[in-house]
This record gives sequence, C-alpha cells and structure tokens, in this order.
Amino acid sequence: MHVDTGHNFPETIQFRDAIINKLGVKLIVGSVQESIDDGRVAEEKGKNATRNALQITTLLDAIESNKIDCAIGGGRRDEEKARAKERFFSHRDDFGQWDPKNQRPELWNIFNGRHFEGEHFRAFPISNWTEMDVWNYIKRENIAIPSLYFAHEREVVWRQDTWIPNSEFLVLEDHEEVVTKKIRFRTLGDITITGGDESEADTLEKIATEVAGMRNTERGNRSDDKRSESAMEDRKRQGYF
Amino acid sequence: MLDNNQLLRFTTAGSVDDGKSTLIGRLLYDSKSIFEDQLEAITNTSKKRGHEGVDLALFTDGLRDEREQGITIDVAYRYFTTPKRKFIIADTPGHIQYTRNMVTGASTANVAIILIDARHGVIEQTKRHAFIASLLQIPHIIVCVNKMDLVDFSEKAYNNIVAQFEEIASKMLVKDIRFIPISALLGDNVVNKSKNMDWYQDAPMLHVLETMHISSDTNKVDARFPVQTVLRPQSNEFRDYRGYAGRIASGVFRTGDEVTIMPSGFTSKIKSIDTLDESLKEAFVPMSISMTLEDDIDIGRGDMIVRSNNKPEASQDIEVMLCWLNNTAAKPRAKYTIKHTSNSQKAIIKEVIYKIDVNSLNRNNEDKELLMNDISKVRIRTTKPLMVDSYRENRITGSIILVDDTTNETVAAGMIV
Repeated sequence: MHVDTGHNFPETIQFRDAIINKLGVKLIVGSVQESIDDGRVAEEKGKNATRNALQITTLLDAIESNKIDCAIGGGRRDEEKARAKERFFSHRDDFGQWDPKNQRPELWNIFNGRHFEGEHFRAFPISNWTEMDVWNYIKRENIAIPSLYFAHEREVVWRQDTWIPNSEFLVLEDHEEVVTKKIRFRTLGDITITGGDESEADTLEKIATEVAGMRNTERGNRSDDKRSESAMEDRKRQGYF
Repeated sequence: MLDNNQLLRFTTAGSVDDGKSTLIGRLLYDSKSIFEDQLEAITNTSKKRGHEGVDLALFTDGLRDEREQGITIDVAYRYFTTPKRKFIIADTPGHIQYTRNMVTGASTANVAIILIDARHGVIEQTKRHAFIASLLQIPHIIVCVNKMDLVDFSEKAYNNIVAQFEEIASKMLVKDIRFIPISALLGDNVVNKSKNMDWYQDAPMLHVLETMHISSDTNKVDARFPVQTVLRPQSNEFRDYRGYAGRIASGVFRTGDEVTIMPSGFTSKIKSIDTLDESLKEAFVPMSISMTLEDDIDIGRGDMIVRSNNKPEASQDIEVMLCWLNNTAAKPRAKYTIKHTSNSQKAIIKEVIYKIDVNSLNRNNEDKELLMNDISKVRIRTTKPLMVDSYRENRITGSIILVDDTTNETVAAGMIV
C-alpha cells in the first residue's frame, strides 16, 4: 500500500511503479487528494502548510476498507526518540491509535499478534537496525533504491536550516532564492517537507562512508518531526506510520 | 547480517539515583555516538529546566510524559557502534513496573550491567536486580560500582562492595561476574581508563563490553527446529516441493540427519536444507531455513523437528518460573493461551507452588495471588503437549508467554524449570 499525498518526488513514483511491475504484485493506493475531495480532511493553512498529517486519515481509511490486519513497515528504533519505544508487533486500537504507555511486553522472540476485529498491527521487522546497517545491507545484497538517495544536481531553496527542493508546491518568500546544488536525501517524505544535504556521494560506497561520518541524525532535516519536541509521538498516537 | 560475535545486547539495572541514565549518556557521549542535533536538543532542554550543564539522562527519555515528569516509563532501545562491535542497549526504567521492564529487557540480553552506588553498597534493590539477571539466565553480569568520586576513589570501599555482592551472588546461578569501579559523572573507567584509581588494573567498561566472548552463549548442541509454516510453491519448477520453514532455535542440522517430528513421533531423514539463494549442507542457530524430508509426513505449524538422538520433553504439565506482567491479577483456573516457539495451546495455571519476595528472596508458600511484577513458581497444564527444554539449557525452547483471551494482552512470561 502507498499513501499518496500528491506531493511526491516524481522519482519516488517512478521507482514505486518500476518495483510493482517487476514483482507483478497489486498496489493499493490511499489517496490524500481523495480524502480532501471527500471532505474527510482539510488542507492545512499558512506558510508551512503540508499534507503530512493528513495522511493519517487516508492511511487508516485504507487499512479499514481493505481489512488489513498487519501493516509491515521499515520504521526503526534508532530513527527517532518516540520510535525507540516501538515494539516489533505494535498494537493499534479500533481508532488506529498507538498507546505508548500501555504496550504489550515483548520477550525473547515470542510475538503476540492477536487482536479483535477492527484493530490492527504495525509490524517493524528491522526495528533493531541502524541507518548504517541498512546501507551495508543494500550494498551487500545489491538492492535497487530510488535515485534520490544518491547525490544529484537539483533546484533547492535554503529554508529552516536545510535545502528544500523546488517544486510546484513551494511558495517562495521574497528573500528566498532558488539555487542549483549537488545534494542527496537521507530520508524521503513528501517533497514539501524533505530537506537534502549537500553531498558528493553518488555511489553506495560513498554513501556508506558519508553516513559513517555523519554528525547529525538521519531525520534531522524532516520539518514534520520538528514542529514540536513530540511531533512524532503525537502523530504516531493518532495512527501515523 | 552481523555475526553473533559482532552484536552484543546489554541491559542496565540500577535503583533510582544510581546514575544509570548518566552512565548510558556518558557511554554514548564518550564513544561519540550522540549526534550534534540530539546534543543541541538536550542542551536546550537542560537550560530550559535550569539544570547546570547538560543533563545526559535526558537523552534516553523518548516520550513526552517521560521528559515532563522526569521518569522513564517503558523500555527504550539505544544503538551504538564502535570499530569492534555493534551494541544494543535495553534501557529499563528503575521506577515503576520495574520487574516487568527488567524481565523484558533481560530476555534477549547477553550482558546485564548492575549499578551500585559506592556510598550505599549492596541494597535490597541490588538483590532484586541480581536475582532477575540470574532468573533470566543472562550469561554475563558486570557490576559497576558507581560514584567512586564520592568515596574518594577508595579501594577499600570498592572491595567491601565486591565482597557484599559476591555473597548474595553465591546463592544464585550466575556464570560470569565482573566488577568495575566507575564514575559515570566524570567518566572514570567508562570509556576511558581512570586516572584516579591506579589500584584498579583491569580494563574500563567499554573495553570489557567490546572484548567479551559471547559466541558460546547460544546453544549449539540440541538441534531444535520449530516449524512456522509449510512451503508448497505453486510453480512448475517446484511442483513437488514441500518445505518446512522456520528459524532454527538451537543446534545444528545437516542433510542426511535422522530426525523425529514432535509430538507425532514420526521419523525421517533430512533431504535438503534451502534458503532463498542456495541449498546448504548444514544449517545452525539462528538461521532461517526451509527443510525437506525423505518421507511425506503430516507436519504443520507448532510441530518441532529435532534430531532423533536428542529429543526435548513432550509434556502437558510444565513447571514454570512465571513473571506476571499485567495490571489484572491472574484468575484462578482461568484459561489462557500459552505461546511457546511457534506453538499455541490453551492452558490453565493449575497451582501456584510458591511466590518469591523479590526483595528478601524468601519463598512465600501462603500467598497465592499473582499480581503485576510478581515472580512465582507455578504448574501449568496445557491441552496438547509442548516440546520443552529447561530454560537453563535453552532460552528459546524453554520460554513461554501467556495471553489473556478476553483482552488479547500478554499477561505473563515464564521460564520452564
């Protein structure tokens, strides 16, 4: 399943479609635009408006209508402080909510995936991996990844201490200037909230070397995490990935 | 992707003010595992709260309530890597629900770090920590005598505490105990060797963690393969393939080995051992594989394939050291779902044999009520046999959880005696 905000990097969608074609599997798309058109959610207002939080409703609607009882994701505990509290099998109630203070204990490798109808699980098989583990694994198994992770030339704007990509959704402030830089993305979300780093790392070897020397966290350039100290926890409680 | 000797999991145990969070903060800070933006965030929070300097303890609190109330509610996991090893820390809170959290963190740990305040020595809580570490059979214990700066780095004070701890440990089953005098606050003997304690000749804590031999901690003797699922591909290439897939719980399997399927008791020989990429001559714990046999036998999820000359016990009556993890007390004679490897059955707690007072370590034969955080020896009866080993010999085939069918919550965890 892909929750499509409509604010995507074009490369993300190309990569998604290529994978689906190669594997010959069925893709379920939950569309945020449709949720807006149906009046399920309303666009945020103001200068830094994004569709990030709107995805929660779309995701939960798609889980419900497709009767999904376990959504498997690539979330990792080392990504973010609220995620450090996650279980491998993480329970969501019938409102799709996470209750971090009342989680099922997980011991040894015995997992409890039992739930009532209407509830579901989020499963995070690579919870204990670090960013470095991911890159080493991609390198060892030669796994295809979107081109956005490699350093490339791109039009960007300096905003909130990071390089935000230029796109049809970006409204420029008077003092802001679009420049072309060689950048790469460490993490990918909507094109409106994902900041890039200046980088020369255009091969897996160079990325691994760069990641090993990083002095900032992986999601440090994600403005969605920076809205408040508990931005991730608050969204996760509501049903975010 | 990492071999077992490269990855070390440890859990930390200490009372409220023993400096546990400071120790973890120090370890991460001195090994340069804290990122600049994380440091900036906790520096700002420290200032906002009016703390002097940076409160490294803030680094481990992930939830809003934890930061606001200054308490840790739930186990948090931390990761750091040195050139020698990757580490996973299960940071278990010392305040509420302590037993539940420490048991959870300890269940997968190679090492338990037990902190003792040098000023107070071994206290009741220390006994509880040591007891849980031994109950969960954590293979290695490192006792860190912390706050040595507050006792003038005295060798005598340290030796006293070592003697106190050795006395309580002598009553428990602990394979490997080491002692290190440290000051988490100042960094003595955490990552860097102390300049204040010439009398301590051994290595600082990080070095001990980096060089500890852990590959012998897994059971390589008893071949146990709990079947998770049966693979029957619907493709021409694999028309007759019938593979039993799962993760090897312990021991080694080789093609040609004579195996017994439990609980049915049928025997066969291993025809092939397959992975996604290749077929293997042998496979061992903790590999995930698919196994085919020479004979067609009815095998499904919950069955266990073992070597015929070394079988676990198949039993419907098991004795378990049980830790109750739920707010709702155990209901006498109520049915629970017991989960053991890939096997689930209905079960009842037939008898509470005794309860352990985790502070005094005395047995209580009168009080039979199982409340949150209680540890007791119980007798459990299951509807169908489980294939069990004792927890002491096999952490995977010797452990169970109980699930309450009315709430679906995990209410207890047990170690088979």
